Amino acid sequence: MSENVTLTINGISVTVPSDATIIEAAFKAGVRIPTLCYLKDLNAIGACRICLVEVAGARGFQAACVAPVADGMVVNTNTPALRNSRKGTLELILSNHRSDCLSCPKNTECELQSLCYEYDVDMYKYGNTDPEPDIDDSAVHLIRDNSKCILCRRCTAACEKNQHVSVIGLSQRGYDTHIGSAFEMPLSETSCVHCGQCIVVCPTGALTERDDTDKVWAALDDPTKHVVIAPAPSVRAQLGECFGMPIGTNVEGKLAAALRRLGFDNVFDVDTAADLTILEEGTELLHRVKEGGPFPLITSCSPGWIKFCEYYFPEFVPNLSSCKSPQQMFGALTKSYFAEKIEKDPKDIFVVSVMPCTAKKFEITRDHQSANGVPDIDVSITTRELASMIKRAGIMFDKLEDEKFDDVFGIASGAGHIFGATGGVMEAALRTVVEIVTEQKPESLEFTDVRGVEAIKEAEYDLNGLVVKVAVTSGLENAYKLLNMIKNGEKEYHFVEIMACPGGCVNGGGQPTQSGFVRSTIDLRAERAKALYNEDIGMELRTSHENPTIKELYETYLEEPGSHRAHELLHTEYMTREIYK
Amino acid sequence: MKTIQTVPFTGTKEQEQQLLAWLDDHADEDGIALQSLQMTQQIYGYIPKEAMITIATVTGIPLSELYGITTFYSQFRLFPIGEYKISVCLGTACYVKGTQAVLDKLISTLGVEEGETTPDGKFSLETCRCIGACGLAPVITINDDVYGRLTANEVERILANY
Ligand code: SF4
Ligand code: SF4
Ligand code: SF4
Ligand code: FES
Repeated sequence: MSENVTLTINGISVTVPSDATIIEAAFKAGVRIPTLCYLKDLNAIGACRICLVEVAGARGFQAACVAPVADGMVVNTNTPALRNSRKGTLELILSNHRSDCLSCPKNTECELQSLCYEYDVDMYKYGNTDPEPDIDDSAVHLIRDNSKCILCRRCTAACEKNQHVSVIGLSQRGYDTHIGSAFEMPLSETSCVHCGQCIVVCPTGALTERDDTDKVWAALDDPTKHVVIAPAPSVRAQLGECFGMPIGTNVEGKLAAALRRLGFDNVFDVDTAADLTILEEGTELLHRVKEGGPFPLITSCSPGWIKFCEYYFPEFVPNLSSCKSPQQMFGALTKSYFAEKIEKDPKDIFVVSVMPCTAKKFEITRDHQSANGVPDIDVSITTRELASMIKRAGIMFDKLEDEKFDDVFGIASGAGHIFGATGGVMEAALRTVVEIVTEQKPESLEFTDVRGVEAIKEAEYDLNGLVVKVAVTSGLENAYKLLNMIKNGEKEYHFVEIMACPGGCVNGGGQPTQSGFVRSTIDLRAERAKALYNEDIGMELRTSHENPTIKELYETYLEEPGSHRAHELLHTEYMTREIYK
Repeated sequence: MKTIQTVPFTGTKEQEQQLLAWLDDHADEDGIALQSLQMTQQIYGYIPKEAMITIATVTGIPLSELYGITTFYSQFRLFPIGEYKISVCLGTACYVKGTQAVLDKLISTLGVEEGETTPDGKFSLETCRCIGACGLAPVITINDDVYGRLTANEVERILANY
């Protein structure tokens, strides 16, 4: 335990642990110091110099994001000299920045832009080198434009420290310094897993998702297409942020209404497919228990995690559940079961998914994801892309009356909803598996041991003598640690849930932009997850196997979980990949 | 986006063994990244991508980090010196007499940037400060041959001699 120290910031007295930095103390005292490179728990490197403060008795300004506090310290964050210094720093950044805000994908959500506004900068104070676009658009999921990059290194920190992938870094030096991959390889030639964690931390327009909305607009305008859309569990918990609503607002009803107004022929819910995943994956687990392995069975909903496994842990590929992700199950059924229902050729059905995730853009291109001879999903867009479509269509989102999803794939259980948070798939599976094995309802449907943002969560359940050991983790660095422990025999489990993004889908690479300040002062993972757990707890239908849609699906079409037809439509195959080619 | 094309790798088994042995002895030390790159350059004369991948695989240091270090320090070469080393003098006299145009022409003809080597390993292109032949400005040298009073137009003809 570190001791506490007391200091004053702008005359406000604040007490913090002695190992805190000035910026942590300032945020606690309610003083916002501007930041560009700093991100709590991820990047404190003192690189951008925008957070400079005055410390009484110290020579020169101090970078608040790295300077430690001391007892009795007197700090000022808002003096004429500091305001001048920050303004100058911004003006220097702009001298070498391609400031075409009006056509920049980050326009109005850019941290550099909003600081420039705050500090009333003169964009041409130091001239402008007017750099050309410097673009890597090789990857399916993102576009990097280094002419917008301020070298804050938040992206490389996310890729390295949170995700254990490290395919981007700082190269060259001096004027030539830039973010790139080894040997200037295009991102598509590296072992990038498409998680998009670099995108969500980038303060500027240097990293943005590949915008696929034009393909969706085109399909909506094509009279020969029956266009279907469905959002993932976590989208309803985050979309509101794009319309100024508080973090953690559940907008499920407005979401369904907005999708209908956009003109989709059917508005479905991927959560129904999440319930289906539970039945298929639960059956797979019970099958492995009978067969004696291979253990652990590892979840396969997160395409970033799958690709990571294929690159970095090929020995665990046989452990991956053969279940497709809910997105892909949904697409496969829409183009088979639903197509038959409405008597359409699957080729004329165009399926769009709305995902918290940029790796979903990659997943739809994988082999063995085209069950009925056509791709299961045609386009996968992120929560952010959907928000931009709703805005462009002139829909007043906050004024919409709540609506429901369409029948066929419109009903989901609480278990399906919580998929969006780390531990959600595990909890949903436990609700069903416990009941199947013990032939009675579990005492409580809340498996709180597997909830929360802790790095690695473990639990053990005794199901009438059958002991099931489980673990849950999210963020690929955590997955790396957990898998190594399993590999060297330190840990043994039957069932493991892994999500690529820290905190699960609620903090996915396709989720709404939140500034470094918000990310450093709020635990987004926890706040956003609340919306999903609150929805679940208010529901009558809370287990996947009781979902009437799922029951009907098995009765009329799929026969039973794990059936031949289920395998054809709902299961897939993986490969191993080499990190360096 | 800048791209670079590396020269085909001609390293031998012995060189690889030497690097692996060195890594084996030093794997746990601090500052291994920088040292291993120095060792690699000693063994191969430059830092081949293949050797960098070996370091990354053995030590777990990401390739992007090793590349970052290599390109940060000017002591490291990413390209072997070509069979013919072209040096373009950028000293004041040569510069005034227009070596920049000659350099640009070399870059476009060879298809490589300054500091790089053509993928066939034939030419490497470098610049240098005054070589003391100001009377001949602008000057380039190709190994021991000196070419003076050059214009960009002559570049292709000269390269054809090699
Ligand atoms: S990155 Fe920000 S400041 Fe730069 S052009 Fe885009 S919106 Fe404007
Ligand atoms: S998408 Fe993920 S793996 Fe790829 S560069 Fe970004 S952070 Fe790294
Ligand atoms: S790409 Fe974005 S996050 Fe990465 S260094 Fe540049 S500005 Fe920062
Ligand atoms: S130097 Fe502190 S935020 Fe960048």
